[in-house]
Amino acid sequence: MTEHLKMDQVQPHLLDETGQGVLSVPMPRPEGPLKVTGRAPYAAEYKAEGMATGVMVRAAITKGTYAVDTASVEDMPGYLGVFTDKMVRNAAQGTMGTNPAQMGDKILYLGQPIAVVVAETFEQARDIAAVLKVDYTEDDDAVCDFDGVSDWPDSDKPDQGDLDQAMSDATFTVDSMYTTKPHNSAAMEPHAALAEWDGDKLTLHGSLQMLGYNRDEVADSLGIDAKNVRLLAPYVGGGFGSKLGMSPDCVGAAVAAKALGRPVRVVLSRNNVFEMIVLRTATRQRLRLAADKDGKLLGLGQENWQSNLPDEPMAEPVDLATHFLYGGENRRYGQHVAILNRPASGSVRAPGEAVGMLALENAMDELAEKSGIDPIELRLRNIPEKHPETGVQYSARSLAEALTEGAKAFGWDKRQKAGTRREGEWYIGMGVASAARTNILMESRANVTLNPDGTALVQTDMTDIGTGTYAILGQIAAEMLGLDPQKVTVELGDTDLPKSSGSGGSWGAASAGSSVFLGAKAIRRKLAERLGCDVEALRLQDGVATGGNNRRPLAELMDAPITEEGHIEPGQTDEDFHQAGYGAHFAEVAVNAVTGEVRVRRMLAAMAAGRILNHQTATSQVWGGQIWGIGTALTEAIEHDPRTGHVVNNDLAEYHVPVNLDVGDLEVMFIDERDDASSPIQAKGIGELGLSGAGAAVTNAIYNACGVRVYDYPATPDRIFPHLP
Amino acid sequence: MKSFDYVRASGIADAQDTAGRIIAGGTNLIDLMKHQIETPPKLVDVTRLEMTEIEQSAHSLRIGALVTNSDLAAHDTVRRDYPVLSRALLAGASGQLRNKATTGGNLLQRTRCPYFYDTTQPCNKRAPGSGCPAKEGINRILAVLGTSPNCIATHPSDMAVAMRALDARVEIESPNRGTEMLTLDEMYVLPGDDPSKETVLEAGDLITAVHLPQPPKGKQTYRKVRDRSSYAFALVSVAGIVDVEDGKITEAALAFGGLAPRPWRDGAVEDVLVGEAPSDALFDKAADVLLQDAQGFGENDFKIPLARRTLKAVLAELTGVTQ
Repeated sequence: MTEHLKMDQVQPHLLDETGQGVLSVPMPRPEGPLKVTGRAPYAAEYKAEGMATGVMVRAAITKGTYAVDTASVEDMPGYLGVFTDKMVRNAAQGTMGTNPAQMGDKILYLGQPIAVVVAETFEQARDIAAVLKVDYTEDDDAVCDFDGVSDWPDSDKPDQGDLDQAMSDATFTVDSMYTTKPHNSAAMEPHAALAEWDGDKLTLHGSLQMLGYNRDEVADSLGIDAKNVRLLAPYVGGGFGSKLGMSPDCVGAAVAAKALGRPVRVVLSRNNVFEMIVLRTATRQRLRLAADKDGKLLGLGQENWQSNLPDEPMAEPVDLATHFLYGGENRRYGQHVAILNRPASGSVRAPGEAVGMLALENAMDELAEKSGIDPIELRLRNIPEKHPETGVQYSARSLAEALTEGAKAFGWDKRQKAGTRREGEWYIGMGVASAARTNILMESRANVTLNPDGTALVQTDMTDIGTGTYAILGQIAAEMLGLDPQKVTVELGDTDLPKSSGSGGSWGAASAGSSVFLGAKAIRRKLAERLGCDVEALRLQDGVATGGNNRRPLAELMDAPITEEGHIEPGQTDEDFHQAGYGAHFAEVAVNAVTGEVRVRRMLAAMAAGRILNHQTATSQVWGGQIWGIGTALTEAIEHDPRTGHVVNNDLAEYHVPVNLDVGDLEVMFIDERDDASSPIQAKGIGELGLSGAGAAVTNAIYNACGVRVYDYPATPDRIFPHLP
Repeated sequence: MKSFDYVRASGIADAQDTAGRIIAGGTNLIDLMKHQIETPPKLVDVTRLEMTEIEQSAHSLRIGALVTNSDLAAHDTVRRDYPVLSRALLAGASGQLRNKATTGGNLLQRTRCPYFYDTTQPCNKRAPGSGCPAKEGINRILAVLGTSPNCIATHPSDMAVAMRALDARVEIESPNRGTEMLTLDEMYVLPGDDPSKETVLEAGDLITAVHLPQPPKGKQTYRKVRDRSSYAFALVSVAGIVDVEDGKITEAALAFGGLAPRPWRDGAVEDVLVGEAPSDALFDKAADVLLQDAQGFGENDFKIPLARRTLKAVLAELTGVTQ
């Protein structure tokens, strides 16, 4: 049986009625011990009988055509083959479900996968890949840099009102240009695939976030029926968007394995990951604010310039949160996507907000300074009653509470005027920024099985990419069925299991969680029937069912397991309400007066994302956002050579994610909230919300510390010290 | 990785193998071999040799070439008498790398210029005569002093910068020249016409130790400016040793990292300081001398003013002058 819910109307708070008390509370990940003892295998750790190893070959030119000279390596030790068939240009975009571009002999960026070399051992394959002769014909019309773009495409985003007029009518205005460098997801586990064929059937261990879509992408790339593809990814070592779409290693491994008639494993090198996997585009942004004498916005504008390869169905939605966060009658947006010969752009954690909120929230800080209004008060004055563009009502929105309660907890009242607090060689300052992240519910299915012995099983093709899926799905089932979470086994990451939302867009917890909730809800109804009570009266606790003056252990109600499928779909509430998570980030930084080096002393995030399903894993998610915010603000930048477009710093030594020493004290608080419109479990996405605005809080704190505004990210020392005395 | 022979040296003579490339910690060489930037036919593992001791004598401290960076940084005598060295070591790399990296290997690590590491790119250091794309490319971390038209790479070591300020000498056993003691300026060569040649060492030469002279008088410090607070190479670093007596600077030793193809020391900078009363104006004069020939390449122009600021702050700290 399938318990299906299309989210057409707000739902009752059943999870506030159940009595087990295992949801929301902090609970460590059940798979944690497996991970820290190496017993949770990642894709590259699987072995198969007779397995050969493949290594990707990267294009050494920026634009042109190529042909591999297989004869140049055929005699090398361990050589098994060089394959170029069906090679995909880059990873698929999230939720694409179709093949990424397959270019034949064409090259559009330096580092593009052009072949997979297969040998008996990894070392042999890498050596062959290094010396393989490739004949290139180079085109001389590559464009690799924003400065080389002669014609930026027009934007088709409609204006609302007249922003120019608002700017001239305004008492206070901000009109600033910001730039952000490209970002890499930098997941700890590089992408890897082990492909095994059994006749027409392909089994592939991969490092992937959204197996249902990925299966279609693999099948479409190979030209086979998706029914013949089984993907397995029970453990994934971080994704951050980089594993939303199928990656080139999957196709390379599958093609080679088919041709050789033996299993083939391909692991991307870290350098490969920086080139063959989508990265976040660089952006230029013009941000305009027009405010009256009280700081109330009359209008705002955000125009952006970015790049991608041809035919990529993704643009960084830079203004995503700007549409709904603040009021203001007159609004203008613009998006210009140039085609550049650089690695493909795509989703990297919090697409849109991660960089768009830097500009918006920096500009709000500037407006606060100009108008003499406290930055928190300024934001409170501009919270709109209804969506300022669509007029739709908001669902639960605790932005004001996050700002005010966060400020209290952080000690915002101790913030001083910019440039006035100094400790020895260090300027000290505080900054704030709002956080907002659109909430998305995706279709998702799960099977829930209750056994007579009081254990339960949850099965879905959902992934746990380090986020805590195993923990929260087990908790939801345990709460609904009245069990200790340790009695619930969660099986994930197998396309043979019911198709889920996958992990992405911060929708995984609420979407997959709702499917488990619904499956368990159907089981509750069956138990109520058997107990002879209304389901509303049923109480399940510690393996005992109570209701209608009856009280019986589960074992007495069941002689066989009960399995129910839960199936959630988004519905009318998505139209009737504008749903988003909200919050506020606070940062205290020290800026070195000599060198311009910035140290983040402490951060506080006040987050409101509906029902928090597990305080421990949710806190970890927000920590990740805060740390990512530090990286975005201070250190992370992909450098493209302006002549070749290639990623110059294609490793983790030179692409600087924050180290422990860069991260000061992190505090996370949650605003208690239920979002009735979001899902039957009243939860919203938390992961990317933790990043939205976090970097802006850091750079706003830099301004408060030393009076230097950051317009070009990241704020490395050379962007700060020239402006210091 | 290309196939190679591996031999374990059991004595100095084994290590002086002109056909072999010496490996100790391997923290840099193994990466270079994975990328086929270096493809030695034979590796000579010297880690079993008796070069792991730090020996103190009346006139010097002899640091065996195999002493790890972690052990050297933590050594009591180093911490007490040569704190600039301890600080420089701890400012470098990561804890894991310092546990593996050796004194001799640290001196001989290769540049981190990204074009050197990408075999699709020209690089005069890796492929002599192919060109230097860094000069007009992404050169934010590269050199502003001691460069040549052929190469603007920096030497990445922090340890060597402190050793340069400490007047360290490198003990080398050469199959042809016998035992030699070279200063770092004698050992490292500037890129000139052939950036692939980084030292005067020849095949078969083995660094056996580094000698530090008697502890210098005065205060010592190491200051490193970098893009993140650990595991990042220096944008600018300064190893400073300055003694002030009766209101005048009597001795000064200053060496710089992140600026040049080798740990950079310029006696003229020290000459400006010695015999003078410390002051902000004097420090500016010293910086003028240091940077008079400095040349930026666009992205790394900032290193010139940053070096000035950092040098002045170090001098202020060591002389007690309030800036």
